[in-house]
Amino acid sequence: MPALPRRGWGTAVRSDPGLYGYLPYRNRPRLVWPDGKTVAVWIAPNLEYYEIDPPANPHRKSWSRPHPDVVGYSHRDHANRVSHWRMAEAMTKHGFPGSVSLSVALCQHHPEVVADANARGWEFFSHGIYNTRYAYGMDEAQERAIIEDSIRTVREATGQTIRGWLAPALTHTERTLELIAEHGLSYTCDLYHDDQPTPIHTRSGRLISMPYSLEVNDHYGFFVYNMSGRGYADALRRQFDRLAAEGAASGTVMCIPLHAYLIGQPHRIGAFERVLEHIAGDGRAWITTAGAIADSYLAQTVTCSGESDQ
Amino acid sequence: MSLDHAYLDYPRRRHGYDHDLYAWSSIFDRAPVRWPGGKSVAVWICVSLEWFPLTPADTPFRAPGHMQTAYPDYRHYTARDYGNRVGIWRMLDAFARAGVRVSVAANAAIADRYPALIDAILAAGHEIIAHSTDMNGTIASGLPIEEERALIHRTLAMLERATGTRPRGWLSIARSQSWHTLDLLKEAGFTYCCDWVNDELPYRFSNGLIDLPLNHELSDRQIVATQQQSADSWAEQLTDAFDWLADEAAVNGGRMLPIHVTPYIMGLPYRIGALETLVGRLAARPEAWIAPGGEIVDAWTRQP
Repeated sequence: MPALPRRGWGTAVRSDPGLYGYLPYRNRPRLVWPDGKTVAVWIAPNLEYYEIDPPANPHRKSWSRPHPDVVGYSHRDHANRVSHWRMAEAMTKHGFPGSVSLSVALCQHHPEVVADANARGWEFFSHGIYNTRYAYGMDEAQERAIIEDSIRTVREATGQTIRGWLAPALTHTERTLELIAEHGLSYTCDLYHDDQPTPIHTRSGRLISMPYSLEVNDHYGFFVYNMSGRGYADALRRQFDRLAAEGAASGTVMCIPLHAYLIGQPHRIGAFERVLEHIAGDGRAWITTAGAIADSYLAQTVTCSGESDQ
Repeated sequence: MSLDHAYLDYPRRRHGYDHDLYAWSSIFDRAPVRWPGGKSVAVWICVSLEWFPLTPADTPFRAPGHMQTAYPDYRHYTARDYGNRVGIWRMLDAFARAGVRVSVAANAAIADRYPALIDAILAAGHEIIAHSTDMNGTIASGLPIEEERALIHRTLAMLERATGTRPRGWLSIARSQSWHTLDLLKEAGFTYCCDWVNDELPYRFSNGLIDLPLNHELSDRQIVATQQQSADSWAEQLTDAFDWLADEAAVNGGRMLPIHVTPYIMGLPYRIGALETLVGRLAARPEAWIAPGGEIVDAWTRQP
């Protein structure tokens, strides 16, 4: 494949990224989920590794303090020593698999955590190599390298082939989506325009946008909206109840993006577990993985690359 | 601007951490911890006693809560000093009523300035740990090592002179350390520090110093002052945490709940009731062992 047109740093920028067509929420074609469920619910635990002393990226600072940023680093390390298992046990207990947004270097640093997630039957997609290595400023070869590293590393560690991408620390270039589509990935979690999957315009492959969420991401709940654990649980219940009701017309997707070092803190995990009970007991939820949602969606929609309008 | 090729080099991509400061383990894989008296949840209350000079220092950084207006910032100076004159006494009364002993992380300047307060804290049997010289005594990489060493030794000397005892624990301002801090604390003879929040039980650094993690997310500064939740919500969240840890401890061995409070925040008239109620309730829980940090560290060190 020839090199992609250079649309990245230092070249012309566009006011419309041209990622998808406009489809009104009203009167959409009906998406149906298995067994008549109205809302597909998936949980995205971010299993991450942040470096204590990462190299500088001129486009984004990693830690806000001089290295070592003791609180920043050790807070995140809490996930890999304590709270991963707390979060994972609550999910397993109530029948929720994880679709893991993985800093793939975690496979080297703490394979014990990755093995635990794999043993629970969780799915993995890539969240970059480290959450302290940003795509901003990468050239095409570098971006290809981190995609190929991700595919190889996850395959070696878990036997799974990744199907999705959440950009490391949500850092993109204009070629990221083209490149992951070219590498055969099915979904991106980086676009927040809809409560249903959307076909994404790419030159090759068949890429869809999988609804993830900033708004009900535990990080936003606790550090943007300053919610208590109980307040965040209430937001999740309302999010679920609404999407389950609307999904009767056309199936919706609810993602719960998590970070164990946040949701797995002792003052929050109990309230979160009660949310899982609520969703599991409701009867309208298809509790599943991002990959299974992508498969169901792709099977229900037109197959020509990037041009279907559902 | 494109990135250097070295941006995709990962020299520390290996099993374990990308540093050698401490080793990895999962709290769920360790031998169960047993606390004294068959209790399952150690509750560690840690009070920060802070003196903010009217002349804030910005090197290496300005401490959270420090002066904000043009000089002289009487507003913040006095509102912070309220904690040392009034708030802490309310807290000491609350601890006495509940019959609990705590750690007090004191700026050394408190010992020089308010000896009556230090005497009352010691008379009640609380532990004093070192919390730098004053709120200008911040540490971060970039602070010359000799200055950092001197700051640590000055703190120790002032507190030892005032209390007659060498503090065994250290809490950095904003839990901020440099690359040198762990070794300097070890060299100064400390048993433990409280800055790293990656665990919920004590663990040992590679150099032998112990970390007693003082969860920053559960602090009144984070929940009440930063996130602007109510004192009652703070107490409810601490209670939720205790309930969870007690359940977990029944299966996995001893757990610890750190409660970090600040006199100028939780010692206000309209908030202190929430602290009193919380401490009273926890003291009445059969699972709870409420103890100063040094005693928790000692109990952990004595585990078989």
